[in-house]
Amino acid sequence: MKPVFTYTKGMTAVDTSYCPGCTHGIAHRLIAETLEEMGKLGDAIGVAPIGCAVQAHKFMNVEMCESAHGRAPAVASGIKRVHPDKLVFTYQGDGDLASIGMGEIVHAAARGEKICTFFINNCIYGMTSGQMAPTTLIGQKTTTSQEGRTREQAGMPIKMSELLSNLDCAVYIERVALNSPANIRAAKKAVRRAFEVQEKKLGFAFVELLSTCPTNWGVTPQDAMKWLGDKMIPYYPLGVFRNPEEVRA
Amino acid sequence: MTEKVLMKGNEAFAEAAIRGGARFYFGYPITPQSEIPEYLSRELPRRGGTFLQAESELGAVNMAYGAAAAGGDVFLSSSSPGIALMQEGMSFLCSSEVPVVILNVSRGGPGIGGIQPGQADYFQATRGGGNGDYKLIVFAPASVQEAIDLIYEAVPLANAWQNPVFILADGILGQMMEPVRLPEPRPFLEEKDIRAKKPWALTGYGGDDSGRRIVKSLRMQPDELEAHVEKLFRKYERAQKELCRYESVGIEDADIVFVAFGTVSRIARESIDLLAAQGIKAGLIRPISLWPFPYAAFDALGKKTKLVISAELSMGQLIEDVKLGVNGRYPVALIHRTGGMLPTSVEVADKARQLYQDIIKG
Repeated sequence: MKPVFTYTKGMTAVDTSYCPGCTHGIAHRLIAETLEEMGKLGDAIGVAPIGCAVQAHKFMNVEMCESAHGRAPAVASGIKRVHPDKLVFTYQGDGDLASIGMGEIVHAAARGEKICTFFINNCIYGMTSGQMAPTTLIGQKTTTSQEGRTREQAGMPIKMSELLSNLDCAVYIERVALNSPANIRAAKKAVRRAFEVQEKKLGFAFVELLSTCPTNWGVTPQDAMKWLGDKMIPYYPLGVFRNPEEVRA
Repeated sequence: MTEKVLMKGNEAFAEAAIRGGARFYFGYPITPQSEIPEYLSRELPRRGGTFLQAESELGAVNMAYGAAAAGGDVFLSSSSPGIALMQEGMSFLCSSEVPVVILNVSRGGPGIGGIQPGQADYFQATRGGGNGDYKLIVFAPASVQEAIDLIYEAVPLANAWQNPVFILADGILGQMMEPVRLPEPRPFLEEKDIRAKKPWALTGYGGDDSGRRIVKSLRMQPDELEAHVEKLFRKYERAQKELCRYESVGIEDADIVFVAFGTVSRIARESIDLLAAQGIKAGLIRPISLWPFPYAAFDALGKKTKLVISAELSMGQLIEDVKLGVNGRYPVALIHRTGGMLPTSVEVADKARQLYQDIIKG
């Protein structure tokens, strides 16, 4: 009998530490499955961020290191220089990447580092329990914007994919969402293209994955998926921002 | 050994790092050490190495961490305010036991301070400027040749101890030219060498069965973190036994014993001659390892000694270790300049004589 479902070898047997309804597990799995399908699990090196995914190495069955808050792209740049033929990736949240790590991500992209960055944007700081992130939407209530974020007080949420699209060596940039089976399938294709860009040594590849944080948003897992679709996607439109000819389907 | 050549300190430090085996360099321009990234940007690619100019010192130290976690032999340099920015990384390197050779061509502080030489980074280097319980292995050269030898040795030493080795030079050493002999180059490590020599390093687990490697710093469980820090400190305890280095000059029957490192130790040597001409016998303890500090050097002081003087380019940082070494057995005084100012040997001798005569008079 043909099995209809199997675990990917890209994930360990360890239960994740993520909350119910959090999409980190999906994002991990897309990366892990892709590396398995490419036959690259043993040739990949990942960099975990500070944030809920700091222990991503417990769950993804690839060699990984932790990094200080926001520094993952610099760490990955160093790893890639030692192992230019390995697939090197960072996995970072929005506080890590778009706030404290803005310098590192912009310059890694500008240098065209031949690495992939998977950017988990859930509009909030997760691990520190729900503070305003640079990606927090206008009106969104967080523990440091208790009446809702305002433009006057905190400016506008940063659109990282659009921002990085101004850099010539950031050759592949796509924003996807993890809120529906169709979007998740599209997200997996984006993950695959990002690794292919790196394999072909074309430049920096960036996939922004719109994600949920039901715990800190204060909603149920089902409502979180809806909130992502209703609130996040209108401000953070899905799509391909940069796409080199070599990987176009 | 090669022919003697005349080299500027910073270029000699950079060359020593390459010859020591450091294949990877990450840096950011800052005076008075910018000749180092300049030299390495030219020389490393020529010899099969990698030079990468970082966006900041934060970027540089984290690139260094990544490359070293991946098994590369890495050299990193900066000067005082840049080294301050790197402290996050130093704590992280020690915690995750990743070896890197780091050079501080130090200048005056605090803040941006100035660009002239200083030694006011002593606490930062020896006490740890980053968070948490950790130690850097710290050496302080007093000549360009000694800096070359220490940097060359630091590459295998950092690997052996799986800990950053920190060279605290000062702006004078970086900017001066001296005749030096360069050591024979060590070959750079290739990937197969990394797998053989650094089984903990990230290389991807494909093609070998040694298992999946993780380089980490986070330990959420307090008992696990405590056990890890205690393990680090067992290593540091061993380092205290094995890595203390100093030079002593005429201390057994000295009236005055100077303690000085780096450039100031050279000034103190001249002051010793000046004092001898005035009938005062002075000696010198020159710590070469600042951490671990050679406290035992002070056990060789004799009954004749009336005064121990810490001579330094700071408001009095080395003096704390001098007092720990002296342990109440002799009076301890400070002779210092700061802000990039250097005392002359005459100034040091005059102040020392004054302090000595005050003690004799009681």
